[in-house]
This record gives sequence, structure tokens and C-alpha cells, in this order.
Amino acid sequence: MTMTTADKIQANLKKRYAAERRFRSYGLASVAIGLAALLLLFISIIGKGYTAFQQTYVKLEVQFDEAIIDPQGTRDPQILARADYGKLIKKTMRKRFPDVTNRRDRRNLYKLVSPGAVFSIQDMVRNDPGLIGTTQTIWVPADDDVDMLIKGYINRDEPESDRRLKDKEIAWIDALAASDSLEKRFNKTFFTAGDSREPELAGIWGAVVGSFYTLLVTLVLSFPIGVSAAVYLQEFAPRNRWTDLIEVNINNLAAVPSIVFGLLGLSVFLNFMALPRSAPLVGGLVLSLMTLPTVIIASRASLQSVPPSIREGALGMGASQMQMVAHHVLPLAMPGMLTGTIIGMARALGESAPLLMIGMVAFIVNVPEGPLDPSTVLPVQIYLWADTPERAFVERTSAATLVLLAFLVVMNGAAVWLRKRFEQRW
Amino acid sequence: MISLKLTLPVILSVAATATAVAAAGRDYISIVGSSTVYPFATVVAERFGRSTGMKTPKVESTGSGGGMKLFCAGVGVEHPDITNSSRRMKASEFNKCQVNGVTDIIEVKIGYDGIVLANSKRSPQMNVSRKEIYLALAKEIPDPSGAAKLIPNQNKTWKDVDSRLPATKIEVLGPPPTSGTRDAFVELAMEGGCRTFDWIKAMEKQDKNKYKSICHAIREDGAFIEAGENDNLIVQKLEANPAAFGVFGFSFLDQNADKIQGSLIDNQDPSFENIAAGGYSVSRPLYFYVKKAHVSVIPGVKDFLAEFTSDKAWGDEGYLSEKGLIPMPEQERGKFASDVRGLNVLSSL
Repeated sequence: MTMTTADKIQANLKKRYAAERRFRSYGLASVAIGLAALLLLFISIIGKGYTAFQQTYVKLEVQFDEAIIDPQGTRDPQILARADYGKLIKKTMRKRFPDVTNRRDRRNLYKLVSPGAVFSIQDMVRNDPGLIGTTQTIWVPADDDVDMLIKGYINRDEPESDRRLKDKEIAWIDALAASDSLEKRFNKTFFTAGDSREPELAGIWGAVVGSFYTLLVTLVLSFPIGVSAAVYLQEFAPRNRWTDLIEVNINNLAAVPSIVFGLLGLSVFLNFMALPRSAPLVGGLVLSLMTLPTVIIASRASLQSVPPSIREGALGMGASQMQMVAHHVLPLAMPGMLTGTIIGMARALGESAPLLMIGMVAFIVNVPEGPLDPSTVLPVQIYLWADTPERAFVERTSAATLVLLAFLVVMNGAAVWLRKRFEQRW
Repeated sequence: MISLKLTLPVILSVAATATAVAAAGRDYISIVGSSTVYPFATVVAERFGRSTGMKTPKVESTGSGGGMKLFCAGVGVEHPDITNSSRRMKASEFNKCQVNGVTDIIEVKIGYDGIVLANSKRSPQMNVSRKEIYLALAKEIPDPSGAAKLIPNQNKTWKDVDSRLPATKIEVLGPPPTSGTRDAFVELAMEGGCRTFDWIKAMEKQDKNKYKSICHAIREDGAFIEAGENDNLIVQKLEANPAAFGVFGFSFLDQNADKIQGSLIDNQDPSFENIAAGGYSVSRPLYFYVKKAHVSVIPGVKDFLAEFTSDKAWGDEGYLSEKGLIPMPEQERGKFASDVRGLNVLSSL
């Protein structure tokens, strides 16, 4: 008996269904693996970083002793600036723990308060000299070791010799905590300060502003140049060997490792043009070289997707080539170009390698005031903090990563929104 | 074509700013150099900035060699004022400085740094000699039979090196060759162990290059793993792998003493007191170098030097010792502090 075609198909059908099910499950598995990796990244970063958004503060009853700040009573700003405000804090701590008399113990006791407290008291007096002679209750940042203990990163069960904080110090901290003189508060410093070597005083604002100036220079350069290049190549340039060569080179440049642009920046902008090291201006120049190919390619793709009938219609109505491009093609292609530019900018924001070559990897406390001031950028700040010995910088590294990720999500979200909002389907 | 209209002025204005910048001065101190000195220089820079109200110096971590290159490139605001170094300036670098017009250089030693060989607390603490470190990590080692020739390093476990050591695989994470820590580890620990073989020591006088290549070559078969410049990463890896050892600066051991322990080297414990007293053999001096020509030009250099060389910074109980710098003996501190006050320059190396 011979098999009919229908029989053959019937026999095969099960196998074909199974193959399809397998194929689907492979696809699902790949998506699941991708999501799991992303989830792992987020859990690890958020798990390590969320505690950095809070900082332990300690309450001090500071007596603004005139004999220490301004013994002559002149209220001369010069004298107020040079006074030894550390003495006020030491005195306060001694009063709080009167039974600590040993010199070495006292030194350890003073260390529970951040070195930054001195400067906040100094600022208070500078702003209001009337405080001198009064007693104020103020909250100042606690030292990073105290902060780590309160947040549970220091294990009290370890033998004393292995702990950063000894039994005595832990007893003082517990006494402070018991009298409600320790409090975890929102870590405003983290969002408003520049870098610092004291974790409790370190902030990312300097890096955010540096990133802003760098991206501003990048945008101002790469968007107009990239769009003009794309318009010329797509709408005006003749098709010949030269334009082919240019196109191949642009595609190649888009794949060049970013560190190469850093080397180029070092030799051209720093060594030849003598621009300042570590300046966002140079960082922006380097990054615009890097993002230009991306912008050009995205802009060309976007111009290409404008249907020829639009061009022909405009030309048919008597528009010149330039009017056709400026009035019809460019406005229609603009959403796609902007999307490409934003994605290029997001890449530039996350870039650190080329900036290492031009000296943007530096310790900078002052928040930059313009594109010529020395500064770092967010990814470089993360890199710098990841390499510091203090334990408290671990959580700050993760927190800075979170901030960078938030910026990237916002930028990529804006790109998606732009595309959804303005995209034209033909 | 709005974009084309925009492009030209933008390029012009960038070019204009560029020229303006090149002509302008600089109102902050620019510091480059060693990544080992970086944590100390930054603390001083920050305290200086906050207490004087002047701009905080910019501190770049370029490595000792990279810093010297930038420092010696010339005199003028576009060149750095100070370079940090985890070793003394080399004669070749000094000469290069002279050629480029950097003739007056003030040398300041700031203290000492210990290099530790550490492992996780979950494993027992090890006690090794420098000779054993050399035999465990060198690319080629002397023939065990005692003959004056080299064989490729076949030691797989620490027990192969010496029978009293544990039978765990030799696995050491350390910095790459660009790092000053690696230079110092190789010179102090490896070479120190290498010299215990008399015939190799004798070679130093006859053929210095051969001697160096024998003593300084680290094995490349996976027993020594280059873990990058990030010492925190090495500490994390040691926690995850109790069998492994790591090589890094003392300040990282100091900060992570609850997780890792330093091995005894030649029966000496890498403790703060022991390194300061000179008992621990794998320690090195740290330096920075100042351009005298910049002292009067860049605001604040003199105050910065005063802050760095004050007892509250580099003294026995100064804030730098809290960050892991091992202070110099008082007499030595006095000598360098007076050199700085008098702006005494290096005449030669």
C-alpha cells in the first residue's frame, strides 16, 4: 500500500509542531537570560547603593565660645576665618563624654565627628557672627566609620583587633544612639557637593555638572555638523567613487574603539592646540568626534525614509533643491535625526575611556563653573570611587552608578517618546 | 538649511575660546603622578582647599612614570606644578627635566608605604620568606639541584616551594607592570629573594641586565594573575576565593582588616608599627616633586607645601597616617620640612 501525500504530511506534522515549540522556547529562553542578567545588575547595584542616599548625622550642643573664636571681640572676618573651630567640637565631645580622659581615647572620640563639621560651623559663623557667645544644637555629619556601623556594614561580632571601630568607640556610638543624638537623614550632600576624600562629604554634583558641560559641547558640535554632513551626502552629493569612500569611512569610524579618539584628542587638542587638560571643552570635542559617525548614519537613514514622492512633489511645484530639503524633507526627517542624536549623546554620557587620556580622571573638589574649569564626568567619578580604599565609598560607587543609569534611562526614554510622538509612517 | 548657518559660527567660537584659554593663567595647583600617592595628595589638597578658601588643587592619577613625563615637559601654566611618585626620580627623568628647562626641582619625601601579600581570613595566615616568594612567582628559578642554571618554574603549590607551607595552589592576584606597586613588589620582594642565591647575586656586577631579567620576570602560566590597578577588586576576589593571595598597598589592608590578613614576610608582620620601624622588608618611600619656577606664579603652592609638611598632616598622629601613610621618623621629617621651607632644589641624582 502506498502512502498518500496527506499521510506523509500527517506523519510529519507532530515533528513540525515539536520543532516550532522548541524554536519558541529557545527564543523565550534567550529573552529570559537577558532579563535575568539585567535584573541581577539592578538588584546588585540597588542593593549595594540605596543605603548611600542616607547619611548618619550626629547632634552636637556647640557652645560658640567667644574666647576661642574671636578673643579680641573684633568680629573681623579675617579672624573669624582663621579661628580654630575644631576646638569647639572637641570641647563639645569632651563635655558629652566627661569620663574620657586618656589622650589617645580622646583622639578617637573626636574622630567620631566628620572633619567636615568644622567647615559647617565655620560657615555658620561667617554667615551670622551673632552666633558667637550662644549655644546651638546642630546636626553635623558623622564620620564614615560611624555611618558604616549604623548601617550594619561593620560586624560587631568580629574580634576587636579586626574591626575599624574598637569596643570603646562602639560604646560611645551606642551611647549617642541611645540618647537620640544619632540620626540617619537624607544624604543631601551626595547630590550637592563635589568630590571629597571623606565619604560623608563626597557628592556627585561636580561630576554631573562636568557631564553637562561636556555633553553641551558635544551636542553643539556634533548635531549641526552631523546633520549637515548627512543632508549633503544624502541629498546633494553625486554618487561616485569619492562619496562611496566617504561612506565606507564613516561606517568604519562608528566602529573605532573610543580610546582611539582619546589618543587623538591628547595629541591634537592638548599637545598641538594647547587646550587645558581636564576641561569639559576638550572632553566635548573628543566625544563629538566619537558621536559624529553615529549622528550622520542615523540622520542619513532618517532622510532615506522620507518617500521620493515628497521630493518630487516639491520640485514639481517649482521649489529649488534647497527649498525642497529645508521646507519638506528636513522637517519630516527631524524626529529620526533627533532620536539618533539622543542615542549618540547617551553613549557619550556613559563613555569614560577617551576622557582618561585627556586628564579628566582627576580629583576635583570645586564644582566646575564653565567648560574650561577642570572637571570629571559621571562614569569617571564612578571609576575613581571604585578605586578608593574607604569602605563607605563602595555604596557611593553604586549610588553614583544608579544616578548615571537614571540619566541614561531618561535620555533613551526621550528618544523612544520622540519617535512615537512624531514618527510618520508612509 | 538652518544647521549649516549654525555650524560656521560654532566652529569659529570654539576656535576663539581655544585661543583665549591658551593665553590665560591658572588659579589652581595642578598635581599629577602616582596612584599610590594619590589617596594622600588628595586628602591634603582637600583640607588645603577647605581651610584656606583657595581653589582645591586638581590631582590626577597618571602613574609615577606618566607623571614624570608631564612634569618634565616644561615650565609654564600648561604644565603641572607637582608630580607624585612612589619611587625616587630616575637620573634619566632628571636629565629630561633639565633639557626641557625644568631646572629647579624640590624633592619631598612624604613617608612610607608597605606592600602586603594578603589572603582571606578564612584561610590560615602564611609566613613566607622573600626567597619563597621568588621561588613561587618567578618565571624561571634556579635548578633545585644547586647547579648554577635556570629551569622553568614548575612549582604548582606552595608546598612545592617549601614543605612547611600549605598544599594550596599558587594563585596570586597583583597589579599590572604599569603600576608602581608592581615595580616595588618586584624590586623589594622578588629581587630580595632572588639575591639569596649567591651565583645570581654575583651576576649583578657582571651582567646587570641579565640579573634584572632573572630576578624581575614574573611567571606567565596563570599562577600570577594581573588583576588591574583596582585594589578593591583584588580584595573582593580574595574574599570570594580563600585560596588566593593578593598584592597591594598597606592602606587597603588597613581598611579591610576584618576580611583579609597580611602574610608575614621574613617573620615580620605588615603592621603599621612594624613598617614604620623599618622591620618589614617590603616597604618603599613615597615622594613628590615641585617645580620651583611655579612657586611664585601659581597661587597657593607655598601654602600647599606648608600644609603637606605640617605635623598635623604627615606627623605620627596626623591625618595622613589615618589614611594609611606610614610616617617618617621625626628627624627625617624635620630635614624635608626645612628643605621645603627653604625651597632647596635637587642638584643632581
